[in-house]
Amino acid sequence: MNKAEPLIARYSHKDYKSAVKPIWCPGCGHFGVESSLFRALAYLELPPEQVAVVSGIGCSSRIPAYTQCYGFHGVHGRAPAVATGLKLARPELTVIVTSGDGDAFSIGGNHFIHACRRNVDMTLLVMDNEVYGMTKGQPSPTTPADWDSKIAPGGTGVNPFAPLAVALASGANFIARGFSGDPNGVARLLVEAIQHPGFSFVQVLSPCVTYRPEEKFWKKMVHSSSVEPTHDPAVAGHRLLSDDGFTTGVFYIGNRPTYTATVGTSDNDLSAIEEELAI
Amino acid sequence: MGSGGAGSITTGSLLLEAAGQVGWYGLLTRSVGPQIRGGEALAMVRLAPTPVTGHGDRYDVLVALDWHNASRFIAEVPLDDKSLILADANGGDPPPAILATGAHLVTLPFTDLADELPGARPNLLALGMLSELLGISMDSTTQAVIRTLSDKGLSAAHATDALAAGGQLTTTFPHTQRLAPPKPRDTGRYWLITGNQAAALGALRGGVRFAAVYPITPATDLSEWMAPRLQKLGGQLIQAEDEIASMNMVLGASFGGIPSMTITSGPGLALMTETLGLAVAAEVPAVVVNVMRGGPSTGIPTKSEQSDLNIALYGLHGDAPHLVLASQSVADCLTTTQWAVQLSEALQCPAIVLSDQFMGQALTICERPAPLPDAPPRRIASAGSDRYDRYALTEDGISPMAIPGTLGRQHTADGLEHNAHGTPSSGAADHLAQLNKRCTKLEQYDYGDAWAEIDGEGETVVLTWGSTAAAVLEAATQARASGLAVKVIALRLLSPTQPDKMALAMRGARRALVVEQSHSAQFHHFLRAYYPLPDQVEVISRPGPLPIRPGEVLNLLLHGNQS
Ligand SMILES: Cc1ncc(C[n+]2csc(CCOP(=O)(O)OP(=O)(O)O)c2C)c(N)n1
Ligand code: SF4
Repeated sequence: MNKAEPLIARYSHKDYKSAVKPIWCPGCGHFGVESSLFRALAYLELPPEQVAVVSGIGCSSRIPAYTQCYGFHGVHGRAPAVATGLKLARPELTVIVTSGDGDAFSIGGNHFIHACRRNVDMTLLVMDNEVYGMTKGQPSPTTPADWDSKIAPGGTGVNPFAPLAVALASGANFIARGFSGDPNGVARLLVEAIQHPGFSFVQVLSPCVTYRPEEKFWKKMVHSSSVEPTHDPAVAGHRLLSDDGFTTGVFYIGNRPTYTATVGTSDNDLSAIEEELAI
Repeated sequence: MGSGGAGSITTGSLLLEAAGQVGWYGLLTRSVGPQIRGGEALAMVRLAPTPVTGHGDRYDVLVALDWHNASRFIAEVPLDDKSLILADANGGDPPPAILATGAHLVTLPFTDLADELPGARPNLLALGMLSELLGISMDSTTQAVIRTLSDKGLSAAHATDALAAGGQLTTTFPHTQRLAPPKPRDTGRYWLITGNQAAALGALRGGVRFAAVYPITPATDLSEWMAPRLQKLGGQLIQAEDEIASMNMVLGASFGGIPSMTITSGPGLALMTETLGLAVAAEVPAVVVNVMRGGPSTGIPTKSEQSDLNIALYGLHGDAPHLVLASQSVADCLTTTQWAVQLSEALQCPAIVLSDQFMGQALTICERPAPLPDAPPRRIASAGSDRYDRYALTEDGISPMAIPGTLGRQHTADGLEHNAHGTPSSGAADHLAQLNKRCTKLEQYDYGDAWAEIDGEGETVVLTWGSTAAAVLEAATQARASGLAVKVIALRLLSPTQPDKMALAMRGARRALVVEQSHSAQFHHFLRAYYPLPDQVEVISRPGPLPIRPGEVLNLLLHGNQS
């Protein structure tokens, strides 16, 4: 998609918004991500009832109830698994997982890896604020090692990991990063991610103004990528591992075949199976 | 019995199959060591002219292909001075405990003969000998062997020769084990099936078309049997990264409108419990078949126990009413699992089906289970533009569920407490209303007579559940023959409890016996918590892996705890 192209849509982004009022703190980055999601869906002209937004637990994971789509607000960290079952059962739906850095990378780390690997057609949108917002300020797997908090005075001493590189190594088919302060940019990434077959991963830097107020300065640190996305995982790997974590844009577009499995209720004839057992 | 690889289990299965061909009922259970391959293996077979769901108190014949690890099995093979032991001459020395039973020992040249015959193996000779000994026609044995072993390169001629040579061996020792021929019966009405296969088939009959699983003994063979058959029906079984994922995949697929299930054993069930709570709160149907093994922790993975009752009943966090059902026999694995799917779909509630290794991996000849009557399907909301309350407070507590894709019925299935519309709410009134709703729908449903199997009448009542029911039913029959009036109540529906039906069933009871295979008497405590018991209560609560045998129950029935 042309970056300069304006997002003019048949559906308005308001068609995707429910009447439920978000619980988020004023200024929370997640507001911007929510509106980007609605813009992307409107741009793609996806009927709201054909979209399912699946999440776990966290401030970021609250999004499903704020949408006019079908939603599934499950347990902490397991949304990619729910989305896998749903997409296999109902391939015609557009399935989007909304998650946070704690939800997706810590408690859900195993599911994150295996969802990348399985490559079912869905989009994982992780609102990364490098902190647990909902539980009031504990370090996550992307928090810097020296960040001081009540639960880890003086810092955890544990290095943050690089989720995009992990996604690449695990087999994700589309890998991008956006910044919630640029809702149009995030919307564009989401449009591409949703359109691309297979498992797409979009990390959105989304400041937690309450527990990480310093993240307000992220808007000065983010910069868009100066190079085109690559189809070569080795090139993408090099770029991701040498990146400062603030480059936005699409890093990798793969062409692995999508995992599909037909699940239907059509055939109810069990007689051949039962015949195998007869003596 | 014999070392792993000697073919004990194959011999047993082929004998059962051949016996089934000529009209016998039978049951084969297996006992294997912890080794992945090799190790020791024991197949226990019981044949009878009427349906067999459990083992007796003793065995007539023990065939030992070798004695290498036999001492590990002794406790599982009760023999007496009327038993016959047929052992390979090159198999080593029988353990003293086996000889101490007084059983008559005959040594036979299985391995030597097998060496002389092309294609023969000692276990084939043993099979031929057993067929001859029991009076099972050599024809049906040969057919069973060829069906199973021809793709392993065994030719029909070699099989026939080996079986005949085995049969010849019976002329070398005195014996009385020959069975009278069973009544002829129609072909096609009988199945050779394991409990795990039966559970899979029950789920398929119930409409399950998606399964997500993580391998665990002794449940894996259920998943493996189901996978290709689900594909044939246009469904799918996928292996998830762990049990938490499999449970969540099941909820996703079920939310998508497809009846779905997972298959596990104790440690896996423990991982699933958080998500089962979600299924309760979000009201998503889902079935978990839990094939119990010895626990806690890795416990005894290859052997049976009824010790997951507590986690199935009480393992969920919060106040989370859900369905817990228990299969009672190999054939009943089908019925109970199908019923669980029906209930789960109708009540939009997760159902845990408790099976166990004993039933799950037992092979049986049974009558083809009759189809269950149709049950009300999942109540679905159709498209519309009026207000839709996903968690509406209806009279029966069940509210129509909209499947994604349905126009105008968008909602969020939520584990957060919510109001009737589905909007998250932490208000006391909404919490109470939804707790009541989820409770009411289970309490108001009419479960009919299937909640328990009730057998006989009498002031002495035996309460049991699961695979232990087989031994209890047999003991009750024997007790009646000795003049004691005994009633057996074997529970199939453990949750929700059925106080009215139980009160009716227990009317006039003066003495209760509780029989279960759990060290901490989980079932007894469950009964005490929910059902009134008479003053006189006696309990058999033994852990696995040894099965509870009819004689033990009979003894308690006739002589009480004093004996
Ligand atoms: C099994 C379980 N453990 C712990 C929690 C508590 N919990 C809720 S949200 C959360 C962290 C969320 O952090 P993140 O995913 O980064 O989202 P954010 O709130 O920052 O958007 C935790 C630990 C839970 N809900 N469930
Ligand atoms: S705590 Fe942080 S992440 Fe949560 S709503 Fe507030 S600002 Fe947003």
